[in-house]
Amino acid sequence: MSENTEFVKTEQLLKTKKRSQIVDVWRRLRRSNTAVIGLILIFIFLCMAIFAPVIANYEDDALKMNVRERLQSPGIGHWFGTDELGRDIFARIVYGTRISLFVGIISVSIALTLGGTLGAIAGYYGGRIDNIIMRVLDVLLAIPTILLAITIVAALGASILNLMIAVGVSNIPGFARVVRAAVLSVKDQEFIEAAKAIGARDHTIILKHVLPNSMAPIIVFATLKVATAIMATASLSFIGLGIQPPTPEWGSMLAGGRAYIRDNMYIVLYPGLAIVLTVLSLNLIGDGLRDALDPKLK
Amino acid sequence: MRIVSFYLFILEYLFCATIGGIVVKYILRRLLMLLPVMIGVIFLVFFIISLTPGDAASMILGDGATEETIRELRIEMGFNDPLIIQYGRYMADLLKGDMGTSYSTGRSVAGEIGQRFPNTFKLTVTAIILSILISIPIGVVSATKQYSIFDNIGMIVALIGISMPSFWTGLILIIAFSLKLGWFPSGGMRGIMSLILPAFTLAIASTASITRTTRSSMLEVIRQDYINTAKAKGVSKGKVIRKHALKNALIPAITVIGLEFGVLLGGAVLTETVFSWPGIGRLMVESIQRKDTPMVLGCVIVFALSFSIVNLVIDILYAYIDPRIKANYS
Repeated sequence: MSENTEFVKTEQLLKTKKRSQIVDVWRRLRRSNTAVIGLILIFIFLCMAIFAPVIANYEDDALKMNVRERLQSPGIGHWFGTDELGRDIFARIVYGTRISLFVGIISVSIALTLGGTLGAIAGYYGGRIDNIIMRVLDVLLAIPTILLAITIVAALGASILNLMIAVGVSNIPGFARVVRAAVLSVKDQEFIEAAKAIGARDHTIILKHVLPNSMAPIIVFATLKVATAIMATASLSFIGLGIQPPTPEWGSMLAGGRAYIRDNMYIVLYPGLAIVLTVLSLNLIGDGLRDALDPKLK
Repeated sequence: MRIVSFYLFILEYLFCATIGGIVVKYILRRLLMLLPVMIGVIFLVFFIISLTPGDAASMILGDGATEETIRELRIEMGFNDPLIIQYGRYMADLLKGDMGTSYSTGRSVAGEIGQRFPNTFKLTVTAIILSILISIPIGVVSATKQYSIFDNIGMIVALIGISMPSFWTGLILIIAFSLKLGWFPSGGMRGIMSLILPAFTLAIASTASITRTTRSSMLEVIRQDYINTAKAKGVSKGKVIRKHALKNALIPAITVIGLEFGVLLGGAVLTETVFSWPGIGRLMVESIQRKDTPMVLGCVIVFALSFSIVNLVIDILYAYIDPRIKANYS
């Protein structure tokens, strides 16, 4: 026994020590049933978005009007039925996934980049810079997010680009606050001081030392915000300020089907369920990530 | 019975402190902080709305107006002036209670909003009361019986509630309770029955998040030492929860109630559209469709102002509830 097994043991110990944080978080995330459900759901939606052309034909199923087949109940030919213009609801939901995920992710990226930069600068430098940035953001925060988004799209005009700008900009203050708080929590630690002592420049310190060590709350927040961004996209499209018909989008599908709910409830049921499931899956993942990333719960 | 005493407790809790108890300095400070924010908000919204393409003067005059009359109106209305001057003029008018005239109806914006605002107020206040009454007891029970079936189901339902867009929930409620069962009207504002569905629709999302916050802050509080002390003293379980735990756990819950009010105001835009509720949310959507910029501007300002006032009230409530704040200002 002895030396050899001892050696193997140490080796194993070293290996577990070396295992990266991502693996650790992933392992903890997998242990949560709800997070796994969320991951499976979002995987299905991602597949739907990527393989949409394999599942249905964009021109024929999702766009072409077919008056003879309008308002059909769900059946073999049309899984989820057809809408008021005879288009296949399932096909439109599948293509709608592309738009929702795309707009959701891009607008959160806009908010994360701009808000994150502002927050990092405010948190790292503190003092007067912090004060100015935060007071300006207070103004943005005083307008409820979705109302700010509505106002921006109303002024710029309804298009997919303006929609992303609106949803992105309205989320800037939230990201700035979260990133600022995260930066504040690490900036006074010794390793930052050490980096300063060896003469690292400010932007190097922020990008290489501060941000990587304050990622956890930012990741959780971003995940949850993709969910709200998807909801905002659907909301804006529902009131006619987002994606314009005939492009298939969940919110505008609901707006279009509204007049027919008396006899054809499925026309609003399925697009709505698509929104709920996407948003729910992201919320589940966000919650799971929060627990997985929080060392206090280890 | 227990639930009734629970609500009585919250009411008693919120109203027992007297005005003399709170520190005037604190309120004044918060009011002063509100002023620059509101000036900034109005400027920001003014600026965003000014990005609207198209010429306001030709919009007011409609088709068939001559080049000449359009030019005259532009000068008369001051549309040629720099933005900052237009903003100054708007602010000066606003202080007199004048928010301009609607491009499409020619009526006073302030008048129109004043007429519609009580409806939105009724809707949002009913919704927030509804969600507080539902969420706090559920949150407390979930926390005290952590990982029980009640807790698990409650939290899953809450998460689904957060994930449902209000306009969809509204449509589903209309299908179920109005078209199929015929219990409530599907839209419009005629008496108390027509308030129930939209208020409930609006309340769902906030109920879910207030429940979650109450639960997590309760969980944090019941692990504190002073709770153990109270238990060790032999205080009954119910009393520990109500007097010692809930009182402390309510602080984060109240913050979320304030934030949720913003979500609620945003949600009102959609809910009012779904239920044809004649509030400022619907007015705003209609005005956007008609490109009626003064009306849109007025609506956003009123929304932002209401949100700020609610948060001010919440901050003042803190002073009642959290003695630490009072101590800071005495």
